[in-house]
Amino acid sequence: MENKLTAWQRVELARHKDRLKAQDYIHYLFDDVLELHGDRLYKDDHAIVGGIGYFHDMPVTIIAQSKGKTLEENMDRRFGMSNPEGFRKAMRLAKQAEKFNRPIITLVDTAGAYPGKEAEERGQAQAIAECLSLFSDIKTPVIAIVLSEGGSGGALALSISDRLCMLENAVYSVLSPEGFASILWKDESLVKEAAEVMKLTSYDLNDKGIIDFIVKEVEGGIQNNPLYSFKQLDQYIFNELQVLNKKDKESLVKERYSKWRHLGI
Amino acid sequence: MEHLFNQRKEELKEFQSWFNRNKKIEPKEIPENIFKQCGKCHQSIPIHTLIDHLYTCPHCQYHFRLSARERLRQLLDDGTFKELYKNDITIDREDFPSYQKKLETSQKQTGLNEAVVCGVGKINNTKCVICVMDSHFMMGSMGRVVGEKITKSVEYATRKKLSLIITCASGGARMQEGMDSLVQMSKISSAIKRHSNEKLLYITLLTHPTTGGVSASFGMLGDIIISEPQALIGFAGRRVIEKTIKEKLPEDFQTAEFLLEQGFVDMIVNRQDMKQVLGQILKMHEVTYGK
Repeated sequence: MENKLTAWQRVELARHKDRLKAQDYIHYLFDDVLELHGDRLYKDDHAIVGGIGYFHDMPVTIIAQSKGKTLEENMDRRFGMSNPEGFRKAMRLAKQAEKFNRPIITLVDTAGAYPGKEAEERGQAQAIAECLSLFSDIKTPVIAIVLSEGGSGGALALSISDRLCMLENAVYSVLSPEGFASILWKDESLVKEAAEVMKLTSYDLNDKGIIDFIVKEVEGGIQNNPLYSFKQLDQYIFNELQVLNKKDKESLVKERYSKWRHLGI
Repeated sequence: MEHLFNQRKEELKEFQSWFNRNKKIEPKEIPENIFKQCGKCHQSIPIHTLIDHLYTCPHCQYHFRLSARERLRQLLDDGTFKELYKNDITIDREDFPSYQKKLETSQKQTGLNEAVVCGVGKINNTKCVICVMDSHFMMGSMGRVVGEKITKSVEYATRKKLSLIITCASGGARMQEGMDSLVQMSKISSAIKRHSNEKLLYITLLTHPTTGGVSASFGMLGDIIISEPQALIGFAGRRVIEKTIKEKLPEDFQTAEFLLEQGFVDMIVNRQDMKQVLGQILKMHEVTYGK
């Protein structure tokens, strides 16, 4: 299927009010999911949920940036924008997965890390940096899926993986088109132009080699026919895990390094 | 005969000193009568006094922003710096002309190709790889070339089993390059992880400002993290936070002193002591037990 929507149209689809959330994906893709809580240091951040479950017959660790469906849920989860303890929870679960040889599936869906006072006090920058470092060297397969919005370092922290795939209408960039237009052009009304220049759609990033696979959506977005996309995603994860699980730890990590080493040159 | 021999020796010496003249990094030639105003106490300081004080205010200790060249002059032993990957230049982006223009202006203003200078040098006689960011070049923002130069330098340090120092001075990822700038964070962090796996030392030196994608990657990954006094260090910008939480932030929020209190930097070091402290740390890590 060819790329026929404008970048801004995709931004609008990615932000659609009925856009599916991480919970929907987890519900479809995994069985017998047990949620695990807390970073063992400070708190349980609800903006990142995690746990263990079965993918087909294989136990996997799931780490997901989870936006809420209602206003109350979103207040509780800060619209999926995590505090440092969220990233630290992700790291704890990743290390646990490595210990028990479980593959990790991460679901990326955030406008960015939360820009709050307490987040800074507890080391937002340090938490993201550690996350990047840890996932680059974790000795178990990692597959990351960008669901709708990937923004900045907060999204990147959970993207370091052996395979990075993206929903067709998801967008991923260093900041929002609004931010881009207002900072670089001092004019927030230029968002559509900004979206084009930023090269943030799944097709742009596929061309650049940053992502490995595009999960197609039906016209009007995934909410119109979730099964259509879920099936592709299920098949993709299944196939890739078959490949990744066969690799010895050393070459897995080596290949991951080389994958990320050759981006953005 | 003896006389001729001595004369020849003298000439040779003269030639050698002439030959080595460029290896020492001198402060730029500046006329005597130029003054600079301190950004904090607003006193006027003669430029030569400022140079003697390593670009800190003699009255209030305010640390002026340094160019990469001046930072190298202050930290490294004379004549020991060898620049690496000097000719890496950002490739044209024909679809984004205003960015290309900005790059050219920055190159002219700073005399640099990009916002970071990398190389090998010695600090108090200990060899190390050093990357110095320069905030005068597009706010030290990190794009493809900055990321690539730092990554190559980290890999070089890993290969040659050398300690690594990165001096941060950056507003974060370079927005003009979009996703390409973001992935530099992961690239450098992975390279540093490999350096660390080889049990090699990495020191981060945070200077004003270190924010966004730079603090949230290699800025916070040092085995030892040092900051200059009063440097701004953080992830999100002050205005963004104030807009989000709808309250005013305290004066000292996101300063080096604040981060020290919160436990995110090891020490705050004055510019006058910086070389000695770095030298000592490097020296202490030369000793390896049980090898």
